[in-house]
Amino acid sequence: MLELYGQTFSSRLLLGTALYPSPAIMADAIKAARSEIVTVSLRRETAGGKTGGQFWSLIQSIGVRVLPNTAGCHSVKEAVTTAQMAREVFATNWIKLEVIGNHDTLQPDVFGLVEAARILSEDGFEVFPYTTDDLVVAERLLEAGCKLLMPWCAPIGSARGPQNADALRSLRGHFPDVPLIVDAGIGRPSHAAAVMELGYDAVLLNTAVAKSGDPVAMAGAFAKAVKAGREAFLAGPLEPRDMAVPSTPVIGMAAFS
Amino acid sequence: MRLIINGESREVGAATLAALLVELDYEGGWLATALNGEVVPARERDTCRIADGDRIEILSPMKGG
Repeated sequence: MLELYGQTFSSRLLLGTALYPSPAIMADAIKAARSEIVTVSLRRETAGGKTGGQFWSLIQSIGVRVLPNTAGCHSVKEAVTTAQMAREVFATNWIKLEVIGNHDTLQPDVFGLVEAARILSEDGFEVFPYTTDDLVVAERLLEAGCKLLMPWCAPIGSARGPQNADALRSLRGHFPDVPLIVDAGIGRPSHAAAVMELGYDAVLLNTAVAKSGDPVAMAGAFAKAVKAGREAFLAGPLEPRDMAVPSTPVIGMAAFS
Repeated sequence: MRLIINGESREVGAATLAALLVELDYEGGWLATALNGEVVPARERDTCRIADGDRIEILSPMKGG
């Protein structure tokens, strides 16, 4: 079971709710992914508008737990205020903390991230920090009060898959007891399986499902890949070898000359 | 008086944040509000006075990754 801030989940696939062709397809994709946690955001509501209410009703009808984000926030102040507003609307202490540092790569401003994580943790939030794969930043986030980490494996929406498996492996090795969730950069089910095989606890993705040709089918494919990767990790994968090693016994071979 | 509501300048008559939401036809328990960058919880909107030039944010749930 996956344990996040004292809550247990059987699914290790967290799904975003953006970019789907329609709300109905989003709902079906969440079900096909068997996700128990989905990410949501807060945006300006137009006067008299009911857009937010309709979306919120749909999410509630699916019966999943929500993880509000601070997507698009570029400063500590913006992120903290957005988190406080999200807590009010979604009635949860959970927050996917994003403090974006660069427009092109959407990579986290790790300095602002650590500062915001400290402020929010002290304010009673349970912070899910979207971070890089940097080991020292990870340590700072844990010191700031985070009980789990969400490193990227490639830039948001890039679909490139793990760009630095060594760094991901290093994080896993240094923090054996901290839940680690790969957030951002996964493009295909094989990428998800690969990080799960490294011992990651879960993956969070959105674009790879929502923008695929068939989001519902792709959600199902990701669910299988995440499960396969987890089972493979638990089963203990072989380490790569430099030379060939025969699998068929050599002893007992016939001699013909 | 003139307020900046979700980034747009609007002329309104309401004196409190709660009255402003009614005046602008906002409804629903899913809204979050902020006044000049500070969160105003729903229970405090009745007593939250607004003044000319205030910046107000009215947010609601939206899809996100």
